[in-house]
Amino acid sequence: MATTDNNDVYAGTNETTEGKVFTVTGRDWDEIVEGLSGVEGVEERVVVNMGPQHPSTHGVLRLILEIEGETVTEARCGIGYLHTGIEKNMEFRSWVQGTTFVTRMDYLSPFFNEATYCLGVERLLDIEDQIPEKASVMRVLLMELNRISSHLVCIATGGMEIGALTVMTIGFRERELVLDLFELITGLRMNHAFIRPGGVAQDLPVGALDEIRGFVALMKKRLPEYAALCNANPIFKARLEGVGHLELDGCLALGLTGPPLRATGYPWDLRKSEPYCGYETYDFDVQTWDTCDAYGRFRVRLNEMWESLKIVEQAAERLAALEGAPVMVADKKIAWPSQLAIGSDGMGNSLDHIRHIMGESMEALIHHFKLVTEGFRVPPGQAYVPIESPRGELGAHVVSDGGTRPFRTHFRDPSFTNLQATSVMSEGGQVADVIVAIASIDPVMGGVDR
Amino acid sequence: MSDEDKTTGPDQADGKTPATTDEEVRAVGARTGMFGVRGSGDTSGYGGLVAPIVYPGAAQRPFGGWFDEVADALETVTSLGRVVVHRGEITFHVRREDLLATARHLRDDPRLRFELLTGVSGVHYPDDAGAELHAVYHLLSMTHNRRIRLEVGVPDADPHLPSVVAVYPTADWHERETWDMFGIVFDGHPALTRILMPDDWPGHPQRKDYPLGGIPVEYKGGTIPPPDQRRSYN
Repeated sequence: MATTDNNDVYAGTNETTEGKVFTVTGRDWDEIVEGLSGVEGVEERVVVNMGPQHPSTHGVLRLILEIEGETVTEARCGIGYLHTGIEKNMEFRSWVQGTTFVTRMDYLSPFFNEATYCLGVERLLDIEDQIPEKASVMRVLLMELNRISSHLVCIATGGMEIGALTVMTIGFRERELVLDLFELITGLRMNHAFIRPGGVAQDLPVGALDEIRGFVALMKKRLPEYAALCNANPIFKARLEGVGHLELDGCLALGLTGPPLRATGYPWDLRKSEPYCGYETYDFDVQTWDTCDAYGRFRVRLNEMWESLKIVEQAAERLAALEGAPVMVADKKIAWPSQLAIGSDGMGNSLDHIRHIMGESMEALIHHFKLVTEGFRVPPGQAYVPIESPRGELGAHVVSDGGTRPFRTHFRDPSFTNLQATSVMSEGGQVADVIVAIASIDPVMGGVDR
Repeated sequence: MSDEDKTTGPDQADGKTPATTDEEVRAVGARTGMFGVRGSGDTSGYGGLVAPIVYPGAAQRPFGGWFDEVADALETVTSLGRVVVHRGEITFHVRREDLLATARHLRDDPRLRFELLTGVSGVHYPDDAGAELHAVYHLLSMTHNRRIRLEVGVPDADPHLPSVVAVYPTADWHERETWDMFGIVFDGHPALTRILMPDDWPGHPQRKDYPLGGIPVEYKGGTIPPPDQRRSYN
């Protein structure tokens, strides 16, 4: 890489170990090729940078495509543009504060990040058996609602990328309903930090169950619209069928889980194979498809939303019977000392609790202070409790050295692993199919880069 | 990819003997004092506390349940190192020269059939002398619905591990991330380059000794120390 000749604003050149490389940023292609006709040693090997700011790359994903005409001969991913050092940051915050970080990783499935992290911490604390039933049911409820909203975004953006704009508008319309439920239950539309080690942050607010039932009833009317729009739509099928083909052995070798794996016909779902949060007590089916392509993954996601609705209904039923039950572990050395309440200036510690610690009990004040500033200690060791996120196996490798802060937390994010299949799914296909293949993996760059 | 010829590293002698001692206590490092007080007069007396950091020790047979079946099947290719059973999860500590053969056996033996490697996670234990850098592999057998963990420790001075990409292609990006974040060199990896940090980034950020830097604040000469040097609970 010796010299750079930037006299030509459209096609500067570089001498590299690979030979002379032209960086083309504009002008008519034919003109450029014509201009090069006199230069010796020119072979037409076109490398196109797609992204990191391309609308079809799901955030800041950079694709490096080598193309011949419209055919992709080699595809590589460049990632890291959204790396935020969350795992490192967590090492300087308490275990409870960790949920605030992990919820921001894969921003389309925040509850799953929180859940796998909290399940890992709870395993190290050895309190898995003490988690109140209501907390587990609320976790399941929120995760399944989250699965619906995440799949909706996948289908919506995937539709938009192939020009099916109506799929996008209706997808985001329904997602908004889920986010409204999240706002009602947790106070926030995203970045909830609601699932905490030991349970969940708050009880269900008044009227939440009615809203949830209303949502389920509405979704049962709306979900068929997706099927009617897409399932047999000849354009939609022509764009998706046979694209991004990856069979079972390829999925396992590359570590793909989630809808791409189930679209090969293999019913692998951690909710069934390694149940957590009491999933074994819910009635639902694992959805599969047998085409191994982008269309199959779309159908798996569509069907999974129905299954999630079934689980949400069952969870809501159970919650109705669990009114007033605790949502946090009884151990006061772990449970956050106060319940939150809505005040005139937003959400904060409940006034009852403040009255108690400031006016009635010195010990309660000390306890509150210690638990909030120092936090609890987690026995040394490591744990890995994977869960089935909308994108596949999501797991947090949680390591403790016995301190009040995570010694190391590593997230095995399904987006990160699944994105490795980009090359095998898109090489040999058309450039336009690269977009479809990646959309069918449904990578979320917040999770990929962490 | 040949097995690594690093069988004579300086780290092989210590701490890698099979678990023959009963109730091994594995203390790595120590926690001193309370409330993170350093370098100032501590009138509480708690500053003199020294508590060893004790990780779960090696387990003895029987490990319980299917753990023994896996251990038996593994023992046919390699002598078992330290095996830790903690909170219902089993961890096999493997010597690095055995890693590749062990991984291949785990995948191919019908009694084991760990088809899926779900990732490589690095951990930096600065106080674990001779094995400061650990690579942790989580494996899943879908056939038998079992999960195990492999752990390999390498010394900071010679951070080389054989790459398992040839056995588990999914390890490609995971090993690149572990190299990027911890500086563990995976020999035999097809293209071991940085993946999350920029190509020209100096250092490996997830290491405990990575300098964090502070934020200079112009207020009466005050500065905020980096997070790892601030006073904190320990």
